[in-house]
Amino acid sequence: MAISKRRAGQLKRELKYNKGILFAIAALILITLISVFAFLSPYDPDALNMTARLQGPSLQHLFGTDDLGRDYLTRVLYGGRISLLVGVVAMLISTFIGVVVGTVSGYFGGIVDSILMRIVDVLLSIPWMILVTVISIYMKPGIQAIILVIGLFQWMNIARLVRAETLSVKEREYVLYADSIDQSNLFIIIKHVIPSVLPTIVVAATTGIANAIMMESALSFLGMGVQQPMSSWGSMLNRAQEVLGKAPYMAILPGVMILVTVFSFNKLGDLIRVFAEPKAIER
Amino acid sequence: MLRYIVKRILQAVPLLLVISVICFALIQLAPYDAIDTFVTPNMAPEVVAALKVRFGLDQPAYMQYWRWLLNTVQGNFGFSLITHESVAGALAARLPNTILLVLPSYCLAVLLAIALGLVAGSNRGGKADRIIDALCSIGLATPTFWIAMIILYLFAYKMNLLPVLGMHTMGQENNIHDLLAHMILPCTVLTVSFLPETVRYVRSSTISQFKEDYVMVQKAFGASRAHILFKHVMKNVLFPVITLVAIALPTLVTGAFITESIFSWPGVGTYFLAAIKGFDYPVIMAVLLLSSAMVILGNLLGDILYCLVDPRIKAMR
Repeated sequence: MAISKRRAGQLKRELKYNKGILFAIAALILITLISVFAFLSPYDPDALNMTARLQGPSLQHLFGTDDLGRDYLTRVLYGGRISLLVGVVAMLISTFIGVVVGTVSGYFGGIVDSILMRIVDVLLSIPWMILVTVISIYMKPGIQAIILVIGLFQWMNIARLVRAETLSVKEREYVLYADSIDQSNLFIIIKHVIPSVLPTIVVAATTGIANAIMMESALSFLGMGVQQPMSSWGSMLNRAQEVLGKAPYMAILPGVMILVTVFSFNKLGDLIRVFAEPKAIER
Repeated sequence: MLRYIVKRILQAVPLLLVISVICFALIQLAPYDAIDTFVTPNMAPEVVAALKVRFGLDQPAYMQYWRWLLNTVQGNFGFSLITHESVAGALAARLPNTILLVLPSYCLAVLLAIALGLVAGSNRGGKADRIIDALCSIGLATPTFWIAMIILYLFAYKMNLLPVLGMHTMGQENNIHDLLAHMILPCTVLTVSFLPETVRYVRSSTISQFKEDYVMVQKAFGASRAHILFKHVMKNVLFPVITLVAIALPTLVTGAFITESIFSWPGVGTYFLAAIKGFDYPVIMAVLLLSSAMVILGNLLGDILYCLVDPRIKAMR
């Protein structure tokens, strides 16, 4: 009880000191809501209208139309669905792999640990941008490919963090006791190790969403991410670049959305960190 | 000390070998035959077979790997599938262009980061700190290519101040002013993109230095804040920055991918992205291998430098 009260106090202080966090929470709720309810827009995101191409912002089209006459605001809202979907699913995949590798490596130690950590070393030695683009040419481009590529090559840092925590949890009495009464390793990992490491996992996962969204936007911007007619914020910026001279307004909204979303997930991560590791507040 | 350095080098070699194996395996997995580099459609099958024997492509995979490795170590990365140029030659022509862009930007970013980080860290919680920290949070969340687009629009399209694309204006290849004018926008983008993380690093290490006992002792003896900052804290903050710079070594090759592609800068990044779009596997693998080697080398250098500047590390190991 006392601990939770102390943490609540820290939380309150953090909220007061760090105004960005309130903004971040509000922004995330808003972005999620508008992405979910994007279908309420009076426009179809894929309906072409050749008579209304590249129109600037007006009352009818709040953020103008794109080079094929589609309502831009509506496309940004639908683009948010894709960006968030990629971010969340890729994060789930990478967190899952990271947690499995980290706990197994830390818990069993020895040769298993050595092998897994060398794999991590190797993967971390290839700059991610290169790794991800190289892998992506072996796959059919599209949303599944980009989710897999980001999810499968983004788990290494989580694995290292989880492994380090597991090493210390492993020496706690309750784990030693569980081991001594012959509970299975799998049971101990799921029942005892993972719950103790959970705060670290949640923090890493939150910033993982931000990273995944950032990567997706970069890859889509380079034309290697989601393919037309599906659009994410990154691929919208790719098209915006082509008509930058004629329609600069097209570059603004998707960029702002990426910025706000990534910023907010990072801030949320900071907030959860206060909960997870109370010492972090003395940063 | 020497033993530690040798040990670290010995650890780096197998890592490089494993990456070279992965690289080779990816080439083998790729839906093309290495012989395609030399074959033209109207060659007779016997000629193709003879070429295969000549280049050792009829031998088992491990022999081919060995051959490929020997070539690669000698700097021979094979030939592009599309242009049939030597990959090593093309890289040698493009690497200086990338370095020309990245090196000044990175140096500028580190200098700015040291200044901003020290200011923020030494006034923790103050107004300057809050502003710098907030700007870093925003900077970390801003995609590089978006900054590039906005800068491009403002300075090139709107105000028509600076050239937009490439390295030179046509016919002005030897004009240094023209080159500098082309460099300004991409370098600005790169500096802004390198800045936030480095500032964060300097800031947090300044904060942790101010918590050290020696600072308290200095305070107790009545030393001024400036004296503590410049005479004592700064030294301890700057040493780790050296390792940070060493670890950033691969940025010289891969640090400007997106920026180069937006500004059509003829560097390694545009070369690599064109290769990805054209499925030019020899080029892709050469860049993969080169950049990974840089990462490993950078980490090695970072560890060794850290060990040299901070004797405590040596004692710990």
